[in-house]
Formats: sequence, structure tokens, C-alpha cells
Amino acid sequence: MRTPLYEEHLIAGGRIVDFAGWEMPVQYTGILQEHKAVRESCGVFDISHMGEFFVEGHGATAWLDSLLSNSLASLPTGHAQYTLLLNERGGVIDDLIAYRLAEEKFLLIVNAAKIDEDAAWLRKHAVPGVEFTDRSAAFAALAIQGPNASEVFKKLFQHPMPEARNRVLEIQPGSFIATTGYTGENGFEWVMPASESANAWKAVLAAGVTPCGLGARDTLRLEMCYPLNGSDLSPDRTPLEAGLGFFCDLKKTAFIGRDALLAQKQLSALPHKLCALRVTEKSPPIRSHYRVFVNGEPVTETTSGALSPTLGYGIALAYMPPAYCDLGQEVQIEVRDRRFAAELVKKPFFKKQ
Amino acid sequence: MNVPENLRYATSHEWILVEGDTGTVGITDHAQAELTDIVFAEPPAIGKSVNAGDIAAVVESVKAASDIYSPVSGEVVERNDAIEADPSLLNSDPFGAGWIFKIRLSNPADLDSLKDAAAYRSQIGA
Repeated sequence: MRTPLYEEHLIAGGRIVDFAGWEMPVQYTGILQEHKAVRESCGVFDISHMGEFFVEGHGATAWLDSLLSNSLASLPTGHAQYTLLLNERGGVIDDLIAYRLAEEKFLLIVNAAKIDEDAAWLRKHAVPGVEFTDRSAAFAALAIQGPNASEVFKKLFQHPMPEARNRVLEIQPGSFIATTGYTGENGFEWVMPASESANAWKAVLAAGVTPCGLGARDTLRLEMCYPLNGSDLSPDRTPLEAGLGFFCDLKKTAFIGRDALLAQKQLSALPHKLCALRVTEKSPPIRSHYRVFVNGEPVTETTSGALSPTLGYGIALAYMPPAYCDLGQEVQIEVRDRRFAAELVKKPFFKKQ
Repeated sequence: MNVPENLRYATSHEWILVEGDTGTVGITDHAQAELTDIVFAEPPAIGKSVNAGDIAAVVESVKAASDIYSPVSGEVVERNDAIEADPSLLNSDPFGAGWIFKIRLSNPADLDSLKDAAAYRSQIGA
């Protein structure tokens, strides 16, 4: 599949790779340069492969609150919220952003690889009076991220960017911006009708923004310890294990997965905890599925990893057994036939000054 | 794409410059462009014996690890420590400062199975 910006990616020199069935640019000029552009100035990512679901009608809030882990009832209109769609076991089907567009109208931004699965899950749990529509094919989206994003916003819309995070504006009819992102930088995401995306892309580039591919998107999010569904999140791990308990409102009335989370909370320790590991010696880049050792014994494997472009050392996430979850825990990460010293550190790896 | 005339090339995108009984080995401009930003390089240890086609070194970009094969048989006599400290030399100067190792050839006839610049250029469509 291709996003409406496929031709623009070729024009910009994008190197196209397969991502969950989508032909997407992994980079244009280079991952390191694109990563740096986002940390120091501004970059734009095509995120049109992500899904857009609209949910509206009387009871929409209550219905979504019965399916999503966070609380939409307490989210004001014009705000966005990170939340999770869970199975009965409390495992993660998907992580997503919900925009509250009106009292009983929501836009959900879901992962590209999960559009069909999420949509099927929502349809399976449909209730009368609440209309759910998957409009993923009709929408495109750009993520504009970096310290200069506010200036770019002003150039594009002749309107100041909302200063607060997680604000949503219908900037033009049918076109939404939210001050959200996946990089740890200031910035916004712009969801628009697919037919408008090529002009939007050109306007963003004309504002001096660097086109960035999935490669930089991955290193940027990993420096922030933002999880990637399919790698760091799975149907067999709960948000509590993933360190996302903050986004689970266990006080609200029943939602799918809540009982499993409550039961897990009763345990003396979680079965695993997604931890941040920092390599403390010179090493090759860490990647996913590298084995992690404690005292010579394999205890788990990495779910994501990289050589952090900003920090210059290896970083990884791994579900650690409870006995080894303390800060400062020494581990070794195996790369090919060698093990490199690493330690468990506080999240995130990178903190904006 | 730069493909110097004075080198011999392996199908797996290494080059070798032979002077006397010793060859200097690196990866081609085409290879470095395909690999993208190289962030880790590990040249072989001095004294290591390799056969033509054996893995001699590893380089890694942000996205992937790639084995580097020795184009000839012999013994490693020198390694480029500079690329360990600054792997980006492989991108910026693949035929110069980004060389990987030097090897004393044990079977000079290995060179006959390598490509000349014209043949390599045609392989990569340059």
C-alpha cells in the first residue's frame, strides 16, 4: 500500500522500504541527519499510513470508555489523550491517541499495522446509537516535530500554535491539528483529507522543514522510551508491565482488560517490567531480540534497541523479571557472540533541557 | 557513483588495491550508499587468517548489520583503527580513509576471480 504522499517521497529522495505492508520512506538524506534535524530544528514525517477512526453519537464517550484504558469522560473537548485498547487478559491490542472533537465525537489515531484488527474489535463491541467509521483511506497525516515547530505552525496557519501539549484544533474544515508527537520534541500532528496532503507536504518543506523517514522516527521515539506496538507492546503483556499504568484509569467503571489489570495489581510483583537499558561500554548498535544476561544467565531479550544518535551509546528496552528491575542493575546484552555491559536506567534515556 | 579503475572488486561490494604481496580492502562507494549511515565498524584482528569469501569484518548502519567478506585468502597484517573510532569514514571516504584492513595474499590467483572496474560498474548498473 502507498500513502497519498508516495510520489512526494520519491521526489524528496526517499528510500522506500516495506513497513507493515506500506511502502514508506525509511530515510531521505540519512537517519542521523534527520534525527538531528528534529532535535535541533524541525522535521516532518508522513504518518498517513496510520488509521483514522471517527466515533460519534449519543453514548460515544461511555462506549469508548468501556473499551479504552484511559478516561475519556474526564477529557475536555479540544484535548487529545494517549490510551490503550486491551484484550480481556489486559494485553495490548493497540496504543492510540483519542481526540475529543465534541462532547460525543472522537477521532482515534491508530497504528497502521493494527487498523483492521482495531476496527474489527470495535465493530464486534458495537452498541446502538454510536456510529463507528474507519476513514483511514480518506485521511492523510503529517507529524511536524522539533524546537522550531511553533514557527512552522505560524507560517502554515497564520495562527499561533497552542502552547499546551495535547490540544486539538479543527484548523480548517475536516482538517485537525493536535499538539502531540512521538519524538519528545515540541510539535504537532496534522490530520487532513488525503486530497490536501500533497499541498500540505509542499508547504511544510517550503517552510524549511527537513523530511524525515521511519528510521529517525524509531531512534527518536526510543530515546524517549515511547513504546512501539508490535515490538515493545503485545497482546501478552499488560500496560502495567509496559510501564504505562498512568494511562489506565482503574477507578472508572468496567472496561475490557480492567479485571486483569486489577488482578495483576494484587500480585506481590509484576511478572515482567519493561525497563530501559543503557550500554556502558563501546558496542555495536543494540537491536530487538538480542539476549540479555544477568550473572551469565539469559533472563530476557530486548524488544527495541539502537545506538542513540543524540547520546552516542547503545540503548534498549527489555521486559525484565522482577528480581532484576532496580535502577543500576547490571546486565549484559549479547551482540552476535559477545556480551556488552549495560545497566538499568531511569526512563527516558533523553530528556529535553 | 565512483568506481576507481585501479581496483579489483568482489561481487559482494568489497574492493582491493594490490601492492606487491599485500592488498588493502574496503567497501565500495555503492556499498556505503546502500548501507546508509555507518555507526559501527569492527575491522579484523591482525594475524587473522581468512579464505577468500570468509567474513572478515562487520559494519553496522543505524538499521542493519552487514558482514564484510575478504575478497582474497591470506593473513591480516594491518587493521584500520580509525574506522572504529569514526565509522562515518566508511561513508565519507570509502576508497581512502575508510579502508578496513590490509591482507598478505596467500593465493594471488584469487585476484583472477575478482571483477575489474568495468565489470563491477555493470553489476551495479552505474
